[in-house]
Amino acid sequence: MDGIHDLGGKQGYGPVRYTLDATAFHSPWEVRVNAMYAHAVRSGIFNMDEYRHAIERMDPRHYLTASYYERSLTSLATLLVEKGVITREELERRANGTFPLSSPSAPGRGNSMPRERFKPGERVRVKLDFVPGHIRLPGYIRGKIGTVVGESPAYPFPDAHAHGVPAEDEPTYDVRFHAEDLWPHGCDPALVHVGVFQSYLERAD
Amino acid sequence: MNDKDRVVFRTATVEDRVDAIQAALDAKGLKASEAVEELRHKAQEEWIPKNGARIVARAWVDPQFRKRLLANGREGAIEMGFTMPKHHRHLVVLENTPKVQNVICCTLCSCTAFTLIGLPPDWYKDLQYRSRVVRESRTVLKEMGLELASDVEVRVWDTTADTRYMVLPERPARTQGWTEEQLAAIVTRDSLIGVARL
Repeated sequence: MDGIHDLGGKQGYGPVRYTLDATAFHSPWEVRVNAMYAHAVRSGIFNMDEYRHAIERMDPRHYLTASYYERSLTSLATLLVEKGVITREELERRANGTFPLSSPSAPGRGNSMPRERFKPGERVRVKLDFVPGHIRLPGYIRGKIGTVVGESPAYPFPDAHAHGVPAEDEPTYDVRFHAEDLWPHGCDPALVHVGVFQSYLERAD
Repeated sequence: MNDKDRVVFRTATVEDRVDAIQAALDAKGLKASEAVEELRHKAQEEWIPKNGARIVARAWVDPQFRKRLLANGREGAIEMGFTMPKHHRHLVVLENTPKVQNVICCTLCSCTAFTLIGLPPDWYKDLQYRSRVVRESRTVLKEMGLELASDVEVRVWDTTADTRYMVLPERPARTQGWTEEQLAAIVTRDSLIGVARL
């Protein structure tokens, strides 16, 4: 989905609030949220792709104003309700107020067929895929051409794995793009590398 | 309508929402409170940047290890006794040189090799870093205090899949003759992310 989470290259967010020795957590409740979502994944209640997708399905206005761990909390609660572990009514009764959850999921999809293997040095084009469900393709590389610099072991295909759709595991390719090809006349010169699932790629030459 | 008949919907505070989930899971026998204690310890005591720092120091003093680490980062980390979660099936170690600066990010969420470089700092998860570092890398690094010469190539790595990345910073010239332990002590988390040089 082309959601609010897909931030790469978006403008207007202002300077990074950088401090030396910045911490990961700012309140004890953040540590608890982080532990509970990890525990739920470890216990097999949901997987990492479902977890990421439930964050992406948050109302964009809520996403932008929530802290990182409030987003994590919203995903955890949404999935516990969707999986039938807890009801929303129980959560709201215990929390003594409304409990904002993410919007419902749209259908996922299986792997692309056929898929090609690529070797380092080969040029690839990122397909123009527009899907309503989960996808790990940042919008800023859609349709762009880059060069393969590495291949990973096979991973679960997120577009399927976030939706309970059966699919084969597939490798991801580290693809090198020139920033100038991604944002012509609108970027700092750099090489930008993205881990791209095999299903999202086609041969460019 | 009487005031007592009005239904007022108030969004629960974030702390109340966390308490509600923890209590509900505990009530169902899903042992949330036990997991919080266990994972609190892991997140704050075991998954720390010191791990990555020790890997870097070893790579600086042992050329054979460096070679193995660059060929397969995950095996290099495991060789030193560190763990990575099952879904992190691949670790790519990115070698800085005088003319190359690598920097990692996650534009879609906030993925990191957290067992090796620690859970990410706040700014790494903020909308500002995630939106800007891929497009305005040099500007962002300069704002964060890392001003690079114009002939240094910036290589940004966006963690969009479950492959994880860690930067191997350059060994500072002043550290000739130092022990591995002394070296590990100067490697900062931010240098493993790539927003600082040593």
